[in-house]
Amino acid sequence: MRLSSIPFSAWVGIAGITLALFCALFAPWIAPYGERDVVGDIWLPMGGDFLLGTDNLGRDLLSRLIFGARTTIFVALAATVISFSLGMLLSFTAAVTGGFVDQLFSRFNDLMMAIPTLIFALVVLAVLPQQLWILILVMAVLDSTRVFRIGRAVALDVAVMEFVEAARLRGEGTSWIIFREILPNTLSPLLAEFGLRFAFSILFLSTLSFLGLGIQPPAADWGGMVKDNKDGIIFGISAALVPGGAIAGLAICVNLVVDWLMKRTSSLKGGRGDA
Amino acid sequence: MPDLLSVKNLKIEATSYPPGEPPKTVTLVENVSFDVQKGKVLGLIGESGAGKSTIGLSALAYGRGGAAITGGQVLLNGKDILTLGRDGVRTIRGCKVCYVAQSAAAAFNPAHKLGDQVIEAALRHKIMSRPEAEKRALYLFKVLGLPNPETFGDRYPHQVSGGQLQRAMTAMALCPNPELIVFDEPTTALDVTTQIDVLAAIKHAIEETHTAALYITHDLAVVAQISDDIMVLRHGKTVEYGTTKQIIEAPNQDYTRALVSVRQTKREEARDQSNTLLNIEHVSAGYANGFKVLHDVSMHLPKGQTLAIVGESGSGKSTLARVITGLLPPQEGKITFDGKELPRALSGRTKDELRRVQMIYQMADTAMNPRQTVRDIIGRPISFYYGLHGAKKTERVRQLLDQIEMGDRFLDRYPAELSGGQKQRVAIARALAAKPELILCDEPTSALDPLVAEGILNLLMKLQEETAVSYVFITHDIAIVRAIADSVAVMHRGKLVRFGPKSKVLSPPFDDYTDLLLKSVPEMELGWLEKVLTTRRMESAGN
Repeated sequence: MRLSSIPFSAWVGIAGITLALFCALFAPWIAPYGERDVVGDIWLPMGGDFLLGTDNLGRDLLSRLIFGARTTIFVALAATVISFSLGMLLSFTAAVTGGFVDQLFSRFNDLMMAIPTLIFALVVLAVLPQQLWILILVMAVLDSTRVFRIGRAVALDVAVMEFVEAARLRGEGTSWIIFREILPNTLSPLLAEFGLRFAFSILFLSTLSFLGLGIQPPAADWGGMVKDNKDGIIFGISAALVPGGAIAGLAICVNLVVDWLMKRTSSLKGGRGDA
Repeated sequence: MPDLLSVKNLKIEATSYPPGEPPKTVTLVENVSFDVQKGKVLGLIGESGAGKSTIGLSALAYGRGGAAITGGQVLLNGKDILTLGRDGVRTIRGCKVCYVAQSAAAAFNPAHKLGDQVIEAALRHKIMSRPEAEKRALYLFKVLGLPNPETFGDRYPHQVSGGQLQRAMTAMALCPNPELIVFDEPTTALDVTTQIDVLAAIKHAIEETHTAALYITHDLAVVAQISDDIMVLRHGKTVEYGTTKQIIEAPNQDYTRALVSVRQTKREEARDQSNTLLNIEHVSAGYANGFKVLHDVSMHLPKGQTLAIVGESGSGKSTLARVITGLLPPQEGKITFDGKELPRALSGRTKDELRRVQMIYQMADTAMNPRQTVRDIIGRPISFYYGLHGAKKTERVRQLLDQIEMGDRFLDRYPAELSGGQKQRVAIARALAAKPELILCDEPTSALDPLVAEGILNLLMKLQEETAVSYVFITHDIAIVRAIADSVAVMHRGKLVRFGPKSKVLSPPFDDYTDLLLKSVPEMELGWLEKVLTTRRMESAGN
């Protein structure tokens, strides 16, 4: 792969993601103030000592944004990756095996999807201890039902192709068929879904934080920051829009990169031609 | 007599947009000229990619999928239709020039009745009133020999057979009384026994209505029956253009000669047919819904020889292959391989039993994983069955590529970067990699152009000599059977009609079905169609 073959839009996406990751990794060194330090008056305007102003408790907004990148990206990414691994493994197994296994998985999935996600998450998180990994797992499991749906649909399409039949005739096991024959041919739609789901994960995390079941204060996360500062909007204070913009920016960047990857995986060379 | 359609120096170009590269302009058709007089039929013939459909559509001033007519003239009754503009063209399409597509099943709207679709163009162009159009449709249904012409129009597309649908489409094209019809491979998707009826119907209808036609096909024998003139095309250029008689009987160009003489290879059948490798005894099979596809089928195949299974679609020949592979366990009967009974289902067979029976599919495109390189595709059976890796595996892959007459440079290509014939060769190499004793070939050449198909058949024969592999060769093409088989099984509606050595099966006395099948194969001979229609003993089933 040549670097020059990467389109401009993908570079924008890569730059955005790199910036966010850089902030997340080196937060303590680049943030001008501490995450939890009250450093000034509340809702100070942008400029001066505080590049983006201060929040509802007088904490530096830029510093919180940089620290918030850590939790937001880590939790959303972990939840999305786990949900995809889980959803794809189960859906591909269902599609390849068929029959009883398929029915069992699919009906159980329907059952899970019948319960409203947010209410389900609220109940589970209220009962379980408030730890980060439990939050990630709950988000992942709930999201994986959606991945299962689309994964099964695309895998069924590929599973009836003759090259899969040829692999069966050769005597290949289920794991070879799933990972070597089907997975490479379903990457494009799944990548597209990944970009979308990642953005949804950030929003879902924000929702949970907003309701007090996500990231616990005073730790910063972008969704929580929107909640903290939302009252300021009434007074014409833009503090809530900054973390909101960060969420939107990251989601767009991820999708720009995914779009490019999708084009690559569906290109004619090594592609399914019409995919 | 003035020309109805006159095409002069036609040039058609298309622009493609490969990802990451600047757009490229490809010339599809260059410097093609021809004339069609009123009531005459011109046959356009060539392999895929020769530009024959593209040229056919130019008579409607239409370029498909980004193709644009960039040069030349298309004169219809002396007027250049390329300069008419969008509204002007509309007065011609479906009115003066009509089009019959290859796949009638895909070209009809399944939500509307056939009758309404047949007369739609005539009503839209206000050529006829509804009662007039319905009267003409009825007349055309009769001319085309459709069953129950009075009520045929009330049916929906899924309620009639493929051959009937193709004739309904011809009726649709003829309904507005056009001056010219473009037939784009109208019989290619049909069985031979159905093809002959459709062909006869089309020919009759053209004569009856005095309509001119462009008849596009890749089968020279078919076009010889129906056209007055023939134009042979290759790579978008004219190879030869002349009367049908001259092209068939005295072709000037090498390429035309190759097309005319294709499949002249004949093989002597093996004398000794006693050393049995595969034995199918009283096999019956069906699908889960209780529909029985195979009824008490028995046949056997000697070592190192070829058994051809012929029949039209729905005869159960592909199902038989699925039964042999174990994908569809038989309900009754047993299959013995090399003296040992094979477990019925795929899951019950050992790795070695799987290795000894390999399969080649009709569509090489879908039979190979598009995300794997040639190296991976051929290499997998080698590492799977023989545990070879690294340099040893590559060495064996090279050896196989050599055997299928393709070189090292194909090692790291993807299937999308190969031509149809090359893909099928790679599929053959994949089957060979397992060093099998039996290869099931499910119509491996029917999706290929005649010259490419001949190459594949020769390759298969060469490999049989080298490795003594046996073939079960499923086909609907009697010419192929003549060329390669040692023994032949004729199947019809899930039953075995005839089985034995080739010389016995393909020589009289015939049963009625074999007679029909043999006589339906188009021959490169003028007047063949009329001769067959008067001498055959049985109507084809699918009409």
